[in-house]
Amino acid sequence: MPIRSLSSALKLGAAILLFLAGVWAQASGLVDEFRFYWPDIRYLSVQHLWLTAISGGLAVVVAVPLGVLLSRPSVSRWAESLMQLLNVGTTIPTLAVLALSMSFLGIGTAPAIFGLFVATLLPIARNTYVGLRSVSPALMEAAAGIGMSPLQRLLRVELPNALYVIFAGIRTALAINIGTVPLAFLIGAGGLGELIFTGIDLYDTVMMLSGAIPTALLAVLVDVMIALITFLVVPRGVNPARQR
Amino acid sequence: MIRLDNLTKVFDTPDGAVVAADHISMEVPRGEICVLLGPSGCGKTTTLKMINRIVRSTSGKVFLDGEDTSGLDTEALRRNIGYVIQQIGLFPNMTIEENITVVPKLLGWDKQRYKTRARELMDMIAMDAEAFLKRYPSELSGGQQQRIGVARALAADPPVMLMDEPFGAIDPINRAVIQDEFLKMQAELQKTIMFVSHDIDEAIKMGDRIAIFREGKLVQYSEPDELLSAPKNTFVESFLGEDRALKRLNLVRVRDVISDEIGTVVGNDTLTTARERIDAHGYRDAILLVDDRRRPIGVISRDTTGSHQGYCRDHMRGLPAVVNLGDDLRKVASLMFAHDTTWLPCVDDNGTLCGQITQRDMTHHLGSRYRARRSAADSEKPVGS
Ligand SMILES: Nc1ncnc2c1ncn2[C@@H]1O[C@H](COP(=O)(O)OP(=O)(O)OP(=O)(O)O)[C@@H](O)[C@H]1O
Ligand SMILES: [Mg+2]
Repeated sequence: MPIRSLSSALKLGAAILLFLAGVWAQASGLVDEFRFYWPDIRYLSVQHLWLTAISGGLAVVVAVPLGVLLSRPSVSRWAESLMQLLNVGTTIPTLAVLALSMSFLGIGTAPAIFGLFVATLLPIARNTYVGLRSVSPALMEAAAGIGMSPLQRLLRVELPNALYVIFAGIRTALAINIGTVPLAFLIGAGGLGELIFTGIDLYDTVMMLSGAIPTALLAVLVDVMIALITFLVVPRGVNPARQR
Repeated sequence: MIRLDNLTKVFDTPDGAVVAADHISMEVPRGEICVLLGPSGCGKTTTLKMINRIVRSTSGKVFLDGEDTSGLDTEALRRNIGYVIQQIGLFPNMTIEENITVVPKLLGWDKQRYKTRARELMDMIAMDAEAFLKRYPSELSGGQQQRIGVARALAADPPVMLMDEPFGAIDPINRAVIQDEFLKMQAELQKTIMFVSHDIDEAIKMGDRIAIFREGKLVQYSEPDELLSAPKNTFVESFLGEDRALKRLNLVRVRDVISDEIGTVVGNDTLTTARERIDAHGYRDAILLVDDRRRPIGVISRDTTGSHQGYCRDHMRGLPAVVNLGDDLRKVASLMFAHDTTWLPCVDDNGTLCGQITQRDMTHHLGSRYRARRSAADSEKPVGS
């Protein structure tokens, strides 16, 4: 598959760049400077991941059922306009969302989690909805004709067939989420943003990179993790990554 | 077994009401295949889908086994009806085994039972269980998928089957093979089947009865032979095609047309005797020679009796062809053309002579309007032919 080989080529390229950067860093004595920030990096990375885990987890828990609900035939009359609304919502910059949530919830972890939650919610809900709606009508008719109840149809036919698209949504959403967490620092929630923004303010490149590089690594890590879960969870018959 | 009583469906569309099925009343006896046939958009699918409530009827009733189904729970009703949709509709997220055991699982069978059933079904549709059960639908050819679709519908052994152009997506050669397999299966299973088709030849081959639809109305509901010999109106006539008399060849069996009066000679008869019998029967070119158990072994030609003396056994010619009582007239006609003859001897399953079939008898039989119910009663359907 061209897309897969492209993405693996990109990953390889990234790894090589990373390696070269490492060599350069070693030579210029940067590594020692980074070591200085190691305790901060560790502490803030954990905080960073927590922010992602809580806001992302909440978003999955809310967005998937929301997408399921919107895809039910009984609400199909409003579903489209609601999806349009969500689409518009997606275009609002995350920083604006954070700012808004701060103006309601004040400073700290709570508004950050809420803002991240909202930003993550939309792609997942949209993909769930689209994934479920794109299950072929013939399949639905076969499932109904066989005597499955609406719930059985959802669990045994619709969700398994939409799962790949849903996971793609989760993957996108978490990538956005983890990349947005640094902004949470601006409203006092910590995370690797602390190193990034402080580094920028102080013209301290090393400090800034000590935040930026781990953020990038975490993003890749989470992405690979979701890809792995997708690979394992989505049934082989409907999993493009597992087609023989 | 399946009885429709004034079943009607009106679709409300932006351009006004569309009457897709207009007071359809018909009955399919237990164990028979009824083919719904007609041009596109005439309401076949709609009628079929009202039986398992994929489409809600506007009015009218469906009875299964004498029971009004409107009182039944929708899911329970559907689990008792095998359903094969035109688009096949296998679940791509499930293996073949999971696909064909879906209904047994819904019905709560235990694992041992539905696993055994899956293998049984694969045998039935002539597919290798070991090779296919663990595959996914996307790893099968179209024809294989279609068979699995049929197997899935048969899984819980429902008494009634609804099939919407089940063999539509297959090329003609494989379609004929699957049709034959299906008929063989049906001969054993004796399901009551409603079968949608828009292929007249398929309808004649598969149907014990054929229902012709036109613009939502049931125009004619007859057995195939009656349909072909006595179309009710010009619409049916033109739908069946100019060659409908030829199509009947498939339906009529040798035993329906055979004349048991046939003169024969045996090896020990003299050519003079042969000549006398030829003249007595008014045969034009030859007389049949049989052995002592009345099995046809050759012919004595008229010319030979004129030019030679002696015993028949020394002057026989080879037999052009022999037809069996169960053969259809299409085969007979083909043999007659191939051997340039106007008559053929007919034998039973033991090879014993039963009579003969002549071109004139065939023409007469096909040319006459549908005459006697009698022949319908004793001529079996072309099941498994
Ligand atoms: N859901 C629907 N809404 C509105 N009209 C419909 C609907 N389904 C079918 N119809 C109309 O009802 C009529 C009968 O349709 P149906 O699908 O029963 O035809 P058919 O005989 O199965 O045709 P085909 O051989 O093309 O499958 C058609 O005029 C069709 O346009
Ligand atoms: Mg149809």
